Amino acid sequence: MKPGTAMWLRTIGGICVAFVLAGNARAYKAYVSNEKSNTISVIDTAERKVVGTIKVGQRPRGIAITRDQKYVLVAVGDDDTIQMIDTASNRVVDTLPSGPDPELFTDDPSGRLLYVANENDNTVTIIDIERRARLGDVEVGVEPEGMGLSPDGKILVNTSETTNMAHFIDTATHQIVANILVDARPRFAQFKDDGSELWVSSEIGGTVSVIDPLKRVVKNKISFTVPGMRQEAIQPVGIAITHDGKTGFVALGPANRIAVIDGTSHQVQKFLLVGQRVWHMAFTPDEKYLLTTNGVSNDVSVIDVAALKVIDTIQVGELPWGVAISQR
Amino acid sequence: MGGALGLGTASRDFAALNRATCSSHLAFGEMREATTWSGALIRTVTTAALVLLLTAMLAGAEPLTIKIGYVGRAEKKATISLLDYPPDNDGVAGARLALEDNNTTGKFLDQRFVMEEARVKDGADPTDTILRLADHGISFFIVDLSADMLLKAAEAGRGRGLVFFNAGAIDDRLREEDCRADVIHTAPTRSMLADGLAQYLVFKRWLRWLLVVGSHDNDKLFADALRRAAGRFGARIVEQRVFEDTGGARRTDSGLVQIQRQIPLFLQGAPAHDVVVAADESEVFASYLPYRTRDPRPVAGSAGLIPKSWDAAHDQWGANQLQNRFMQSFSRRMTALDMQAWSAARMIGEAATRVKSGDPHTILAYLKGPDFGLAAFKGQKLTLRDWNLQLRQPILLADGRTIVSVSPQEGFLHQFSELDTLGIDRPETKCRLK
Repeated sequence: MKPGTAMWLRTIGGICVAFVLAGNARAYKAYVSNEKSNTISVIDTAERKVVGTIKVGQRPRGIAITRDQKYVLVAVGDDDTIQMIDTASNRVVDTLPSGPDPELFTDDPSGRLLYVANENDNTVTIIDIERRARLGDVEVGVEPEGMGLSPDGKILVNTSETTNMAHFIDTATHQIVANILVDARPRFAQFKDDGSELWVSSEIGGTVSVIDPLKRVVKNKISFTVPGMRQEAIQPVGIAITHDGKTGFVALGPANRIAVIDGTSHQVQKFLLVGQRVWHMAFTPDEKYLLTTNGVSNDVSVIDVAALKVIDTIQVGELPWGVAISQR
Repeated sequence: MGGALGLGTASRDFAALNRATCSSHLAFGEMREATTWSGALIRTVTTAALVLLLTAMLAGAEPLTIKIGYVGRAEKKATISLLDYPPDNDGVAGARLALEDNNTTGKFLDQRFVMEEARVKDGADPTDTILRLADHGISFFIVDLSADMLLKAAEAGRGRGLVFFNAGAIDDRLREEDCRADVIHTAPTRSMLADGLAQYLVFKRWLRWLLVVGSHDNDKLFADALRRAAGRFGARIVEQRVFEDTGGARRTDSGLVQIQRQIPLFLQGAPAHDVVVAADESEVFASYLPYRTRDPRPVAGSAGLIPKSWDAAHDQWGANQLQNRFMQSFSRRMTALDMQAWSAARMIGEAATRVKSGDPHTILAYLKGPDFGLAAFKGQKLTLRDWNLQLRQPILLADGRTIVSVSPQEGFLHQFSELDTLGIDRPETKCRLK
């Protein structure tokens, strides 16, 4: 075979593979909250395009999809409520009674309860999603923010930004059972899927604390040094960890980078340059892609998780903050 | 660092205390059997010992109390605008809010923060006040006094291991030739404020400044800082004029009729300039400049675009939450002095949380060390300049309605921290801490 022919065959093969891949790529919906525009951008993850825009209340930030995939929940802080968007019609159909200025929240494994951090009154509110009813409040530290639930649903972790603690709340008794001191302004809490570790990001401290949830101690602290970048610009916020727990991703805010972390050794492997002031992240359900919200550049970066490369940028609304991706 | 703290620990302590109390009752009961004189003596001694033991244990179960003194000015300064008139609790309200924040954290760590407030008349010697508060067990002082009075206050505490936080005085000399190892400064300096403003004016390419200076000493010091800033960042002062304070009331029944004629007259005949920069800390004239200048030019400095550590309009970086908490507690907006006092009280709280102690030496050592950083709603952590104990901080540029910009401006680089492009830097310092 002549070299030219081989190249041709390779190219045709390549095109076929690309075609098959494109045909196979599952299309999920990513919902991005735009803090300034008061909208949600709906992205088709296969086409990597905005396919819809939903008007919501004032200052949408925390966003998640209910386990039954029926609703997108979005905390609209300046309206002191959580709005429910029907995923079929893409319209706001109801609200949930959070406390003042809700920011982040998480639901329990049954999908029945929602735990909400209310920044303005130092409480975590527990909401019955089905009944749209407020079941109670837990008093925590000053400016509650990050919310993480252990995979077995037994321990809820809330971080308080001015108290600088991760509060462990027993979900059965609603009592605080431990308070773990972390670095300044903790913003996000993420358990590994097997419950073996809890990661808490400290925006002002510039670190991620790796907590042993059983012993309830900080067992490791991850710091970040980006060559040529001043230390104050490194402000860890959002965290995403792969299902197998082997790779963690940490959004570094105004450092405009995602740190890739070895889930076992906790060593920083790589920095991925994304848009400006990166806040939060979400995986597609097949974990092929990770989408990041870039607050100042008004876009979403798409990371190829296997290749650890940024492969695309999608323009969204003004000051994108949170992102949630449908499971089907 | 870290570890499970708080409620768990406290309840364990109580359990231990209960066990101890029960067993001591048992021992006491057995002693009653004794009927001899020696038995009675033993009984008395044992009872006394038990009381001592119980007292000690109860003290151990109580939270650690950290006492803070707030020493402020008795007088309020006159202002041109009614809106700028200082509230009665200016400054101390900020410290009180931080105390609340500290106590919320403290309830998880068995720490309690309390504060006593005192006022000193302008020019009076604060020594007695400091010593009286120190006798109440206070080791941490948040001070809003003039430079000379602050130095007297700190001198009063020499040898007693007291720690002072200067929340009010912006004089550079307190961080330079008059610096002290027991005085931390949360107020920015005049040079930091001037540099923060100058960087923005240079960014705007408003390089030709008409500098108008009041006739009081503080006004002249601010003018010095502005002149230094212009020189550092490439602006030019085309002319300097002094606005003499001839006395007189700031509010009159005849109103503003004369002022709108006087100001253009005062500014006429000046060389071409891009901006009028005013140094008027004494609030005699600067607020009269905007919209009354001879040529249509923006005003900055003591009026117009004002550099400050905090402003009621600041809402970025989570500041909204702090502003809301402040409003809920005090039914008014938070001032720069409130923020400077808040920062001081939070520094004490932050350090006590980390070192798990209320000891002033331990806390001071932590604050001076490399691990300290304060989250203060300014977009980055605030740290201490170890050469003069000045809190590094971004400077807000406020026009009275919104925050126009925050310095340091992009492009003003520094080998260590961009915040050190504001104010007198390490290589130029005259400070020798002692």
